[in-house]
Amino acid sequence: MPLLDGRIVMPPLPEGRVLPVITAPADVLSTACVEVDPAAPDVVQLAADLIVTQRVSPGCVGLAANQVGIGWRVFSLDVTHHPKARTTHGEYVLVNARIESSSRNEKSREGCMSVPDFTGDVKRASRIVVRGFLPVTGEEVVLEADAFEARALQHELDHLDGFVFLDRVAGAHAVYPRQTYL
Amino acid sequence: MTHSLAVTVLGHDRPGIIADVTGVLAGLGGNLEDSSMTLLRGHFAWTLVVAVAADASVVSDRLAHLMAEGLVVSVLPLPDDDATAPEGSAWLLSVHGADRPGIVSGLTRLVAEAGGTITDLTTRLGTGIYLLVAEVSLPRETDVEALSARIAAAAEGLGVRATLTPAESDVL
Ligand SMILES: [Zn+2]
Repeated sequence: MPLLDGRIVMPPLPEGRVLPVITAPADVLSTACVEVDPAAPDVVQLAADLIVTQRVSPGCVGLAANQVGIGWRVFSLDVTHHPKARTTHGEYVLVNARIESSSRNEKSREGCMSVPDFTGDVKRASRIVVRGFLPVTGEEVVLEADAFEARALQHELDHLDGFVFLDRVAGAHAVYPRQTYL
Repeated sequence: MTHSLAVTVLGHDRPGIIADVTGVLAGLGGNLEDSSMTLLRGHFAWTLVVAVAADASVVSDRLAHLMAEGLVVSVLPLPDDDATAPEGSAWLLSVHGADRPGIVSGLTRLVAEAGGTITDLTTRLGTGIYLLVAEVSLPRETDVEALSARIAAAAEGLGVRATLTPAESDVL
């Protein structure tokens, strides 16, 4: 396992480019992404692009490939400095990731860069195990996440399955206009 | 040119009210924008905003058959000025306790005095219990701790339990 002090050790990536984030409604956001070869140069470049795009987007802790218009099963995540995070595995990209197991449901309010007008209450597992592969090397990663990292992982994996949080809202009165913050 | 109309429909619930109203509005080329519907003590209650070219009186006429069956329908023009979303921090005020007069007014008054606005509200009367859940937007500079204390004190005076919790969303 490529882990150091609990953080995923990412292989060196090429220079990333900031990509525009697609907003709903868009077919690419409601279509399941396809598995890809983690070592393919295009996939490696996408990994770098996701990380850079995530870094420059205020408040963004994760990004799925279809949010930048590419229907591949790849996402980036970094919850390191989030106040609700308990486990934090650093800044990473996983390819072809799937949830192995999940337990304990909690409801919390989510927003999404691809759904800028709304927020919504979504119930998600607060403990999950995710198996995926690193770009470049294709090394397998199995990570146990809880609290906010678990929520963020499920949100990104939902994107890769073609779902946004609006598909999961907890009720007819559980969706809200997004407030503008000063 | 379309304009915004506020339509309210209230009354005895039956299958098909929403389909009937939206059918009339669609027939007039109207575009249903925001709406909120619930049952209030079993009564159908729907408020909606529709963008439509037709005058309020025309829309009202087309909905007359619903009034004839006993539903209370109102159609009113909304001012054209662009309504803006509140700016501030999001909170959830939840209150529950034995029913008595003044719970809603007493607690929402404190929110208003702090410059806060309520962006969503549900109140329910159960068997022996009264419930209020409000989405509250507070100005950034609000001393939330002090406001929470005022709300808690007022709630104690009313014999109910009130909590103000953060309702910020996380962008994922
Ligand atoms: Zn998202």
